[in-house]
Amino acid sequence: MSAGGYVPRARLQRSEVTTFLGSGGGKGARAVASHDEDTTTMGVEAARNALRAAPAAALGALWFATASPAYLDKTNATTVHAALRLPGDVSALDFGGALRSGMGALSTALAGTTTTLVVMADQRDGLPGGADESAGGDGAAALIVGPDGPGAPVIAQYLGGASATDEFLDRWRAPGERRSKAWEERFGETRYVPLGLDVWSRALKDAGVEAGDVDHLVVTGMHTRAVKALAARLVKAGVRAEVAADDLAATVGQAGTAHPGLVLASVLESAGPGEVVAVVHLADGADAVVLRATGAMAAWAPARPVAAQVEAGAPLPYGKFLAWRGMLSPEPPRRPEPQRVSAPAAWRSEDWKFGFVGSRDRTSGALHMPPARVSMQGGAVDDMEPAVMADRVGTVVTFTVDRLAYSPSPPIVFAVVDFDGGGRFPVELTDVDADAIRIGDRVEMTFRRLYSADGIHDYFWKARPAESSPAPAPQS
Amino acid sequence: MASHGIRDRVAIVGMGCTPFGEHWDKGLDDLIVDASGDAFASAGVTKDEVDAYWFGTAQSGMSGITLARPLQLENKPVTRVENYCTTGSEALRAAAYAVASGAYDIAMAVGAEKVKDSGYQGLNAAGPPSDGTGRTLTAAAMFSMVAPAYGEKYGVDEDQLTDVLAAISVKNHHNGARNPRAQFRREITRETVLKSPRVAGRLGVFDCAGVADGAAAAIVVRAEDALRYTDKPLYIKALSFAAGSGSGLIDPGYDYTHFPECEAAAADAYAQAGITDPRRQLAMAEVHDCFTPTELVLMEDLGFAARGTAWKEVLAGTFDLHGELPVNPDGGLKSFGHPVGASGLRMFFECWLQLRGEATPERQVDVSRALALTHNLGGYPGEMVSFVSVVGTERD
Repeated sequence: MSAGGYVPRARLQRSEVTTFLGSGGGKGARAVASHDEDTTTMGVEAARNALRAAPAAALGALWFATASPAYLDKTNATTVHAALRLPGDVSALDFGGALRSGMGALSTALAGTTTTLVVMADQRDGLPGGADESAGGDGAAALIVGPDGPGAPVIAQYLGGASATDEFLDRWRAPGERRSKAWEERFGETRYVPLGLDVWSRALKDAGVEAGDVDHLVVTGMHTRAVKALAARLVKAGVRAEVAADDLAATVGQAGTAHPGLVLASVLESAGPGEVVAVVHLADGADAVVLRATGAMAAWAPARPVAAQVEAGAPLPYGKFLAWRGMLSPEPPRRPEPQRVSAPAAWRSEDWKFGFVGSRDRTSGALHMPPARVSMQGGAVDDMEPAVMADRVGTVVTFTVDRLAYSPSPPIVFAVVDFDGGGRFPVELTDVDADAIRIGDRVEMTFRRLYSADGIHDYFWKARPAESSPAPAPQS
Repeated sequence: MASHGIRDRVAIVGMGCTPFGEHWDKGLDDLIVDASGDAFASAGVTKDEVDAYWFGTAQSGMSGITLARPLQLENKPVTRVENYCTTGSEALRAAAYAVASGAYDIAMAVGAEKVKDSGYQGLNAAGPPSDGTGRTLTAAAMFSMVAPAYGEKYGVDEDQLTDVLAAISVKNHHNGARNPRAQFRREITRETVLKSPRVAGRLGVFDCAGVADGAAAAIVVRAEDALRYTDKPLYIKALSFAAGSGSGLIDPGYDYTHFPECEAAAADAYAQAGITDPRRQLAMAEVHDCFTPTELVLMEDLGFAARGTAWKEVLAGTFDLHGELPVNPDGGLKSFGHPVGASGLRMFFECWLQLRGEATPERQVDVSRALALTHNLGGYPGEMVSFVSVVGTERD
């Protein structure tokens, strides 16, 4: 019923790796999550995009898949659930840990009947100079899967699919390790190609379409050679050569668990009614789904197209990339580290902390961020209503750069923001260059991870430059 | 609102103040004993003759026991006071009300802070457990937003404003160079200020007060008893305090060019003391120059200059050591240093020395007006507490 992709702002030009190390790297760029992002926060951004494009969707469940979870034991999907302000009766589950999990969550949802928000996210690492470092990418995708709903029609109908499972060791990672390992490529290629061909023919049969009917072909997987080989075989088997979708390898990189969803979201943004989209994902077997865009696709538009996000990248120096990834440990400022978040305090302010919901005094209309019981105008007590501020756009009134305060990536850029429609909040800025901010800049809110202490992640909101969205005319 | 004041009902009859600085060789107890001893000697009283104690420290110890233990006080009423950077002034305010009430005859305010044991740069306050959504910005960053706002509102361009702020820093170091107790005792130039590393926004190291260890103390009695202890008591004309609601930060009406809490405290203090023209009625003022733009704005909040004109007055030398109204003749927070719990009392100490003609000759100002003001603030623009006092050597 909807799709949304999220590509973080920073780009590592692969040639920088080659220049720095004398080897490795490559052509193009890969997307890099900011120091204040993780798979949970990226998942939230993708989900916000998907929901904004289908606000009437009535969700029954939220599933979150990543190979780099922010927490083990604790469900990460509940954080996404809280940031989206979903009702308590919408279940939130993690599909954990493997590169197959995102595709698996998607195909399971497509075969079901509950309206499910499937969110996938990943952050891919590799040792400096290695193939994984350059080929990997960070990103997220969200797909709302379900039957036609009022105000939220199906935009791509599930026609059929297939799955093949085989136990063989291609890629693996021990818990706690940042980089994964792979067996020599030719072994994996000889396993994946037949599995891919198998699910392909079964999926086409299940869907009742021919290879030549496919208008968009998406083939993904971390085994690049197998993916290329399979795609070539599918063309030989009747798929038109020109329908191969841009797999974003040159601009984003391979985003692991999230990648099939991200490329699918990207394809759906340009698919026309009646067009057939086929997705094949190679990971510990193979999975395929076949979809056909419906008439409702004509009226659907993505909230923030993947193509636009890909375009909006900003270069990240390789040294900073290594520092953000923990490969380098730069000297921190001589300031105490932050205290860990208090669980009861975070629960009490759940709507504020995760949902960026303030309160509005009914009598005076004054907006309070964080929410308050006593109004700052008129002093009324307990006469407030919730004010959702997460989707508001604001204007920078003044700002500063703090070079002394503790930050995982100093300096802290901080602005006082006046929101359209009222309310002011001083807030940290992210995805900006400290030199580039000006009074009057337009900003929007984004869900981020401020820091971690005692293994507890401090999630909250920051502001980042908004897509061109001019300030409203001043009210008299 | 009823704030009647206790004008001329209480007098300071003895004071002490340690040098402020990085006292690696002195712990909190040493600073307390040194400052208290000087104050006892100054008033000619013993610790047993003092009836009640108020001890100001922001983060160097809890409970009145932190004072009672090093001084070995036996079953005296000893209260620990904290109100951000106004802590030292608050200790004095409580002690003054105690003797004005008649409950005690002699009370003492001691302020002390040991900041340099933490190993961290700048002031740090570890708050209570929280939901993690609070600001982590330094005070320097919060106050740094005042400068561009002031410049924008009053048409002072960036370079001009930089000169104004540098002039404030140069003045305070000039004064501190003439003060044996100050942390930094060398004069500096405008270039020193401009070249120093940036800390936050456009503020550099020389726009920010020094972090220091130190202690100060004052002994107060009822005014009618004062001459028993000293020939030249300092009569308290006004004590005021204003705690803002903290909503300035989320109020779109706040423009970062003034501190309403300071304006309110000043208005109350002037009413208590009967001051209508502070620039002409005061001999000197000690103000809370935690950062250079702070002192600039305070000149207007305290009524020493009309709104939007303080920058011109700074450049004209109005607030220099021998200007029309000397501000921070002892070097201020900038040059004297800022041990949080002691600073408010250090300001009283300079008034004590100056009004009695006991400051070092190089920095003694003309005190024929016989009135001085201390101003102390804590917190941040939009979320502030402020204290103002007026003291004088003549009982009206």
